Amino acid sequence: MRTLRDHGVVVALAALVLALSLSTDTFLTKGNLVNLLDQAVVVGLLACGMTLCVVCGVFDLACGAVLAVSAVVAVIVTRSAGVPAGYAAGVATGALMGTATGLAVVLSRVHSFIATLALSIVYRGLAVVITGGAIVYPRAAQLDAFQMIGWPTALGGITAATLVLAGVAAAATVLLSATAFGRSVHAVGGNPEAARLSGIRTGPVRVAVFAASGACAGTAGLVMAARGGSAQPGIGNLLELTAIAAVVLGGTSILGGEGAVWRGMVGVLILTLISNGFNLLGWNPTYKQVIEGLLILSAVTLDQALRRRET
Amino acid sequence: MDVALDRIGKSYGGTAVLREVTLDLPGGRVHGVVGENGAGKSTLARVLCGAVRPDSGRVTVDGAPVRLRAPRDALRHGIALVTQEGAIVPGLSVLDNVFLGTPHATRRRERFAALLDRTGFDLPAAARAGDLPLVQRQRTEILRALAHGARLLVLDEPTALLPRTDAALLLALARRLAADGTGIVLISHRLEEVLDGCDTVTVLRDGRHVSTAPAADRTAGGLLEEIAGRPVETRYPEPEPVPAGSPVLLEARELSRGDAVRGVSLRVRAGEIVGLAGLVGSGRTETLRLLFGADRRDSGEVRVAGRPLRARGGPAAAIALGMALVPESRAEHGLVLVRPTTENLRMTALPGRRPLRVVRRGAERRAAQATADGLGVRGTGLDRPAWTLSGGNQQRAVFGKWLVRRPRVLLADEPTRGVDVAAKAQIHRLVTDLAARGTAVLVASSEVEEVLGLAHRVLVMRGGAIAGECPRGAARAGDVLALAGLR
Repeated sequence: MRTLRDHGVVVALAALVLALSLSTDTFLTKGNLVNLLDQAVVVGLLACGMTLCVVCGVFDLACGAVLAVSAVVAVIVTRSAGVPAGYAAGVATGALMGTATGLAVVLSRVHSFIATLALSIVYRGLAVVITGGAIVYPRAAQLDAFQMIGWPTALGGITAATLVLAGVAAAATVLLSATAFGRSVHAVGGNPEAARLSGIRTGPVRVAVFAASGACAGTAGLVMAARGGSAQPGIGNLLELTAIAAVVLGGTSILGGEGAVWRGMVGVLILTLISNGFNLLGWNPTYKQVIEGLLILSAVTLDQALRRRET
Repeated sequence: MDVALDRIGKSYGGTAVLREVTLDLPGGRVHGVVGENGAGKSTLARVLCGAVRPDSGRVTVDGAPVRLRAPRDALRHGIALVTQEGAIVPGLSVLDNVFLGTPHATRRRERFAALLDRTGFDLPAAARAGDLPLVQRQRTEILRALAHGARLLVLDEPTALLPRTDAALLLALARRLAADGTGIVLISHRLEEVLDGCDTVTVLRDGRHVSTAPAADRTAGGLLEEIAGRPVETRYPEPEPVPAGSPVLLEARELSRGDAVRGVSLRVRAGEIVGLAGLVGSGRTETLRLLFGADRRDSGEVRVAGRPLRARGGPAAAIALGMALVPESRAEHGLVLVRPTTENLRMTALPGRRPLRVVRRGAERRAAQATADGLGVRGTGLDRPAWTLSGGNQQRAVFGKWLVRRPRVLLADEPTRGVDVAAKAQIHRLVTDLAARGTAVLVASSEVEEVLGLAHRVLVMRGGAIAGECPRGAARAGDVLALAGLR
């Protein structure tokens, strides 16, 4: 029963893959699979950071807005200082804003759900202030170089962005599951007072997970800006909720203290597959959101039922 | 009303907590139930009140089998549970809480007055229940059970958190209700109150029914052996004398925080065990938390082995100087219950200079296993979450996570609250051994006998200040309670 609970979500993913392979000719083509993984990148990156946050017992609802500011900054810096500087500025902006989010949550002592919700509004406003509400573009001569993160690589045509996600997910996995810091994240999420009385400084741990989530969001912003060849203040709207849905769908406990990065990745893949399936099967995409929402609810219901049986 | 349990069995995840338990609970009696933590007492209570569904067996009321699928069903059959902390809705008034869920909401004030009259309680009907002290919250829950017309009251460790006088009042009430024909099930760790207050006493061990006999035929010693399944040492271990000239490891001067702690000064030397006694609310817990930096002090200073402890450093600074705190509540402050026992045992090793260092699972596991073996932590496995451990084993784990750091100063708050007799004796030995090896120990407990039995000297607190000191052997419980301000 524990194995089923722990890996039920993998079974669900495998079932989806099998169903789509059998019901369409197009699913198992190289082009579709490469495309599928590329589509999972943005939410996947957000989900890496969000997993750290949720396991630590906090939510980062500001990551979608951090994504937008990072994308805008990356484009503007690219215009004035070139593509490498623009890329670095995008990631750095994300990390800095994440740190600011973390400091605000820890110092204000407001519940992270509310504090980051408020900050996400502030950050969206900031993106409008920076751009004056307009769409920003890199210079025409820079466009090819700026979009290189979306290019296929020698690895079977998989895009560079997909490889970036794989790298970030691997790093987040090591950080969360194998380091002393990761143990502290689990402890703070499971019982902050017991962690504090064990000598763990809970404030810095929380700030650090927000900083990591910000860096992931900055990277995701870069990917979106590169793909579109532009950035505007509204990009990535509500993606933070999709990221939370993916994290929870994968089986990370919303109560904190339990979870893993691979779970978030499986959740992202399931959501992406559903989207992909609608396209391939030619189903009316109007119903896509209804199915997605119901699926998330039933997955979490099933997870809780299995947990209850075990206790 | 006669209730009976017939071969009740219940397992959690393959671990049997109740095995074929058969028990008759005739009305008009007080039935005591005793056993170690994890013996199945609380599960038994929860089966009776419909909160847990047994895997096998049945419950009968007046000979007829009943299905108890939810507490609502149990209440309909007149069975109600009263918990330790009082399960009340904090935002509602006492009156609303008492009549919560009762079908007929008429003449509530009259009926409330009648209930007060019947129980002898004095409760303010309009007060917000969440603002009441623990005793009164529990009384509110008892009144609710009676308002529902309960004819079998299940009291799950009702006196564990109560001062002795309130505990005595509760027992007297149980006897009065029984005299009116209500059945009472009293689950307790305090053997003397079970022997004094109950008609029959049932012993559970490892989920099995061991014996049921009239209380008058039993002795505390005999009960202890049945509970543990073997002879138990009930005497406190004699602490080693403090060597002359041993250094002061913990020193506090004029420690204050609000009204809770007012100008506490104390010194504990290496190898010395100092007890901290006092009534509930006298400031014992608050003093320990201030010493450890868990709360910030308003004024005063703390020194560990001569070095000052920064007021703003928090627990991390105290731990860096060699302090350890076994907190009052292991579930709330001691353990991260959702994490494996292994990680809990290694938690104090986490803060360090290189947070990104890789934790090797094998080494972590071996270190935790060594600690667990040394303390006799038994349970479902160290890789399972800490909540799967019984209370006594959880408390051992809380001690275990500090032992690896070899603390210079150990602060222990209610070190044996809610643990079984075997674990209790072992924890007492552990404290004495630590002191013998040079640790300075400050132990606070609401059990006066415990501090008197363990400590070289006892400091008695009253109203947030130290009211007096009793050296070992010279004081009795009565003297301490008098100093603490009782009566």
